[in-house]
Amino acid sequence: MTVWAALAAAGPGVPPAVQEYLLQARQMQALSFVVHIPLVTFGIAFPAMILYVEWCYLRTGDALYRTLARRWSKIMVALFAVGVVTGTILSFEMGLLWPGFMATFGSVFGLGFAIEGFSFFAEAIFIGVYVYGWDRLSPRAHFASGLPIVLAGFTGSLTVISVNGWMQNPSGFTLRDGQVVDVRPFEALFVNSYFWRELVHMYLAAYIVVGFLLAGAYAVGRLRGRWGRYERIALAVPLTAAALAAIVQIPVGDWAARQVAEVQPVKLAAIEGLGRTTDGAPLHVLGWYTDGEIRYGIAIPRLLALIAYHDPDATVQGLDAVPPDERPPVNVVRVAFQLMVGIGLLLALLGLVYLVVRVRRRRLPESRWFYRAVAVAGPASVVALLGGWITTEVGRQPWVVYRVMRTEEAVTGAGGIPVGYATLALVYAGLAVAVIWILRRLAATPLELPDAAEVPTEGGGRR
Amino acid sequence: MSLAELPLVFALVGMALYTVLAGADFGAGFWELTAGQGPDATRLREHAYHVIGPVWEANHVWLVFVLTVVWTAYPLAFASIASTLTVPLFVAAVGIILRGVAYALHSGTSAPWERRVIDTMFSFSSILTPFALGAAVGGIASQRVPVGNAAGDLLTSWLNPTSLLIGVLAVAVGAYLAAVYLAADALRQGEPDLEARFRTRALGASVVAGVLALGGLVILRTDAPTLYQGLIVGDGLAGLAVSVLAGLVTLFLVWGRRYTLGRFTAALAVVAIFAGWGLAQRPVLLPGLTVAQAAAPEPTLIAVVVAVLAGGLILAPSLALLFRLVLGGRFDPGGAQRASATPPAQHTTSPRGRAGLLLSSAFTCLAVGVGLLSVVEIGWTHAVGVVALFGFVVLAFVGLAPADGDPFG
Ligand code: HDD
Ligand code: HEM
Ligand code: HEM
Repeated sequence: MTVWAALAAAGPGVPPAVQEYLLQARQMQALSFVVHIPLVTFGIAFPAMILYVEWCYLRTGDALYRTLARRWSKIMVALFAVGVVTGTILSFEMGLLWPGFMATFGSVFGLGFAIEGFSFFAEAIFIGVYVYGWDRLSPRAHFASGLPIVLAGFTGSLTVISVNGWMQNPSGFTLRDGQVVDVRPFEALFVNSYFWRELVHMYLAAYIVVGFLLAGAYAVGRLRGRWGRYERIALAVPLTAAALAAIVQIPVGDWAARQVAEVQPVKLAAIEGLGRTTDGAPLHVLGWYTDGEIRYGIAIPRLLALIAYHDPDATVQGLDAVPPDERPPVNVVRVAFQLMVGIGLLLALLGLVYLVVRVRRRRLPESRWFYRAVAVAGPASVVALLGGWITTEVGRQPWVVYRVMRTEEAVTGAGGIPVGYATLALVYAGLAVAVIWILRRLAATPLELPDAAEVPTEGGGRR
Repeated sequence: MSLAELPLVFALVGMALYTVLAGADFGAGFWELTAGQGPDATRLREHAYHVIGPVWEANHVWLVFVLTVVWTAYPLAFASIASTLTVPLFVAAVGIILRGVAYALHSGTSAPWERRVIDTMFSFSSILTPFALGAAVGGIASQRVPVGNAAGDLLTSWLNPTSLLIGVLAVAVGAYLAAVYLAADALRQGEPDLEARFRTRALGASVVAGVLALGGLVILRTDAPTLYQGLIVGDGLAGLAVSVLAGLVTLFLVWGRRYTLGRFTAALAVVAIFAGWGLAQRPVLLPGLTVAQAAAPEPTLIAVVVAVLAGGLILAPSLALLFRLVLGGRFDPGGAQRASATPPAQHTTSPRGRAGLLLSSAFTCLAVGVGLLSVVEIGWTHAVGVVALFGFVVLAFVGLAPADGDPFG
């Protein structure tokens, strides 16, 4: 029951809302996330990479590093501007689309967003100082002005994910007649191992996405013959970070799966397409879920039980454990999950190849195939990122707060959702075109290397 | 003042600062639109654009601050407002996207036609957004937002005399503030002709805003009688009086080219109006809902207050730094000095052995991390495992780093 319903019961005049277009509202929310999340990976991971390069400049005095950091900071500021506005849209949508959720639980989780606001302040302030401060601050002061950006990118994502973690595994309040009483906001947000795991997994994901996307751009350059010292460094820094993060992501993802098994068994059943509760459940790779089972998939006996509970004979709960109206849409969740894991394994393999070549041969890989793979890895990691979030969010349906509030209780009663959805879709399409356009423009500005004679670059440098 | 009211004070302060800071950024967009054509107009636009460059993102966050404080501390009121005033809030949101994107694109434009398209989008959204937000405020101030999920009228809640008045006033106030700030910046940057042009605009806009504000009282009298009463005879009168006074003082200061002080009195005029609104409406938040009734449970209110005060401790010096750099002229065009005048210390590359040591420690960390995270099944070992895994990433990264031995040179 929501606050609305409680009010209606208490007195006349507040009819419970009905929303014809719940699905559109959900898609509108999903669309906004799909735009915001890949952008903010740059807010999380990019500042650290830029600062690392600037630090190399401070250590070696080699102006090439400075040129690189400076060019990257231009990309960062453009993406930050777009991240800021898409994030603001999300804040509006919390109220515009989900007033039932806000009215009932705003007092429980809102604090997370309020703290987040201060991270954004710090980030916005110091991005202004950093980007306008090239040439205007001493090298050391300039470097120092970048440190708060790194920290704020971390705390900003920390607080927002604490809200998501609370929605997945709610605690820190008591619900009485639709009203929350006995609220413990800090406990609700931060005493939640589900959240800490999400944070670790997402933080690594950000480095994977940013690292492979950046490295991919220079890999394409190499395939086209642009391969000077500048390009090699510009490729190696993000690629090293992404390769290492991709390897670590595997055990962390495995941890995630075990946690889902424990906290949200229905989501696990949807992820695996497990119709019936099964002892020693098998794991299915690929395939499609129909009529309570996986068709055309490859079954690996007992593996699911082993992964989820570290016991090949364990009983794994199936979708039949809950009534049909409490089950999430299975195939959406399952396909998204398989995409993430499939891509994640391939990315880790790519990272391993890179690592072995770097450690054994002490140089960068030379095969063209390697660089083709890196070029594909960037977009693929974005797919994995979104796949993971779709698994998490759609897998939680029909609940907005797991086992406490259903999504249809959260939604607005206002009309016009399809109009809003269509408008927003158009605006975002324009935004996507604009972002691609500005990145290409920034890439096309000629590279001003400190000492041209020293740097053998074939063709004009890009990015 | 009670604990229940304190977060509302934060929100009003946030709104006032948003109007004073971001409102001026919107106003800069307004002047870009009305600049006309030709080289003079281009210079005016560039000036407006450069001045807001380093600050607009930080200024914008005040809006996010207001939203988060309100939804945490007054969830029921927030949800009622957002669901009834869906239309103007959505329009404002779209305006914010367009503006941010136009801003991001500006630096990439080269051909004049591109710049024209982008600038038009920027200016258009700079007018749309404050108007829509003002209209939403008008809906709240004229008591048109009942408690409930979309319980109010989707159209008349913001298409009404008070909303239109406040919407237009928001645009005018932004233009006025912007003109004062831009004139001040032009004076500092030694651009006398730009300064003169913005001074004229500031004087004109202040008259328009003043007339709108005082004339608007007539509208409030019939359309929002409660608010009117509160402003004329109630506690709000103090705010109104300070605002009028500060407005007049600013007029004289701008006349006499004393912009530094004028900045503050102009801002004061705006802040006082928000205070007046709060006092006039007190203790009612929405019709039939007082601030105390709307407030979240006490632990949440305490948490919000603590978070805001602690955040403020970090925020205040950071903002002071930013504005000192900007207003001190450090970020002005052509202000570049000592371009790498101090070449940092040269380091010789470190020996191979160190990289080897780093790498072997890294792989030890990896093994420990995987073991603790994936094999052992005790809660706290997971935390240690995660730390070990991050240790692997950092150590291996440093071990392979280009700066050490630069294997690509
Ligand atoms: C580049 C991105 C990326 C990669 C390579 C992986 N993941 Fe992931 N995954 C995410 C990015 C992501 C995420 C950031 O999108 C999610 C959404 C929520 C979260 O905490 O992280 C996520 C969620 C998520 C969930 C759902 C948790 C929930 O519902 O709360 C599971 C079970 C996994 N992941 C498991 C894995 C496994 C076993 C992977 C190994 C190959 C893997 N992920 C690679
Ligand atoms: C309900 C969900 C979300 C809301 C309401 C939200 C809100 C916001 C807002 C308002 C901003 C802009 C702040 C500013 O004005 O400077 C922003 C930016 C940001 N958001 Fe989100 N956000 C959400 C989801 C996420 C997610 C899923 C992540 C990542 C894990 C994330 C990470 C960030 C980061 C790092 C920024 C900084 C901007 C940048 O670097 O581009 N947010 N968000
Ligand atoms: C706090 C309030 C939130 C609400 C009310 C909310 C609600 C929803 C809803 C209803 C959907 C659509 C699900 C569907 O299409 O079936 C969705 C999707 C999504 N949410 Fe949340 N969510 C919230 C917070 C977050 C946060 C904090 C994050 C990330 C940190 C997040 C990440 C996502 C993502 C990535 C999707 C897209 C899934 C898809 O593509 O379908 N959400 N959310």
